Amino acid sequence: MHSRIDIIFTLIILANLLLLSSSRLGTCINVAAIQGLLLAVLTLATRTDEPLIQTSILILSTIVLKSIVFPQLLQRAIRDSETRREMRPYVGYAQSIVVGMVVLALSLWLGSKLPLPNPTISPLALPVALFTILVGLFLIVSRRKAVSQVLGYLVMENGIYVFGVTMVHESTLFVELGVLLDVFVGVFIMGIMIFHISREFDHLDVDRLSTLKD
Amino acid sequence: MSIWLLVHPTLAFLAAPLLPGIINRTKAYFAGRDGQPLLQTYFDLAKLFRKGAVYSRTTTWLFRAGPILSLGAALMAVVLMPLGELPTVWSFQGDFILLVYLLAVGRFFTVMAALDTGSSFEGMGASREMQFSMLAEPVLLVGLAALARGTGCLTLSDIAANISWQAWSQYGEGLILIVVALMAVFLVENARIPIDDPNTHLELTMIHEVMVLDHGGPDLAYILYGSALKLWTLSVLLVNIMIPIHTDLLLLNVVVSLLGVLCWAVVVGVIESTMARLALIRIPQFLVGAGALSVLALILIKK
Repeated sequence: MHSRIDIIFTLIILANLLLLSSSRLGTCINVAAIQGLLLAVLTLATRTDEPLIQTSILILSTIVLKSIVFPQLLQRAIRDSETRREMRPYVGYAQSIVVGMVVLALSLWLGSKLPLPNPTISPLALPVALFTILVGLFLIVSRRKAVSQVLGYLVMENGIYVFGVTMVHESTLFVELGVLLDVFVGVFIMGIMIFHISREFDHLDVDRLSTLKD
Repeated sequence: MSIWLLVHPTLAFLAAPLLPGIINRTKAYFAGRDGQPLLQTYFDLAKLFRKGAVYSRTTTWLFRAGPILSLGAALMAVVLMPLGELPTVWSFQGDFILLVYLLAVGRFFTVMAALDTGSSFEGMGASREMQFSMLAEPVLLVGLAALARGTGCLTLSDIAANISWQAWSQYGEGLILIVVALMAVFLVENARIPIDDPNTHLELTMIHEVMVLDHGGPDLAYILYGSALKLWTLSVLLVNIMIPIHTDLLLLNVVVSLLGVLCWAVVVGVIESTMARLALIRIPQFLVGAGALSVLALILIKK
């Protein structure tokens, strides 16, 4: 049981590292979708003591939103704007992996320092949650394309989800559904914005929006 | 017991040149060719040993010493490496660190000999070799450290003896990460395809091949034999992790491990046939990724 959950956490970490190292936006979107699926599996593995109906609603909404709806939206966005790759990120890919390893070490250190109210399922739970949140944040600040930034936002939310599903034990269904709804609205609006940016400017480089000043 | 000590070194010294033959035959099969004979490396070695060497007047003793010293390092690496449960002639606490640095010493002298020629092509190859091995060395060291942490042993033979199916069930995910990271090191160290093409003769893309262009005769034979031994050593390391067989019958264990090494050569041939070469600027990223995997394994494996 214990080591099965650790395998899921390992796969989530590997998905984060792949997101940091891949320049192909299509691959990144697929990896984020797989991470969503992993979260559903994690929910299934940790929530064994709760009513089945609650768990299944949570799992179903996670799979539908994170592995089907968001990836479809983003794939459509990169198809319409003909953006295949993140060409010149602010931080290169090899450096991104190094930053990722530093962040992982930092989250492991933090995870061992922070006192937790409830005993956790695995000692890896908190570090993985922190790592995923920080990787999402890093993707937002280090990438140029709007699609990568939306992905960073999604990854950050995945981290919060890991935190919620492993640490919080009461009434998580409503909290998680609320967060999912927020993220859904957020990604939806960002999808529309990406569409408009690409129609106006033929590219998705966010930093060049600053030249729009009057 | 004492006779068992000599089994693995003898086998390695005799059978190592077989591995490049197997890899080449596998590649030939995929390309639809007949390919060179399995024993081609032996023929090459025999041919080269019969010839004399030609030395340029611009080179110094370093150029002549390079191949011999790198072969010496490879021979010592073979002696350190256990094959499954077979005891090694020489073993002490922390000998895996010596293994990493024996490989580094061999590389250092190859690079020195290449720089000694004063050829700009060889200088380019030397610079590339050092750049990539600088990234590959920590991957190997951290991967071996993770193995040492998982098994709680500090000698290569104890590590090999303690990796069992039980270890795989306890920290299998870490072992998988280590195997993948060490595979990347294997491909870099032996100049295999996603990193370097052992058959290429285009100077601009060569890495390892370009450094030995000026060697001939027995010197080239030493280099060929040394690289075959390196291939064997790292294959055995990977097979020790992937096929941890510990039955009561020592002979059976040895035979299974040997078959594993030969099968691994076929797998390398398949990898080389099915993958395209990475662009030179992508190789550091590939190696940093492998490094991330071995660091992750070190974090995940706990005893």
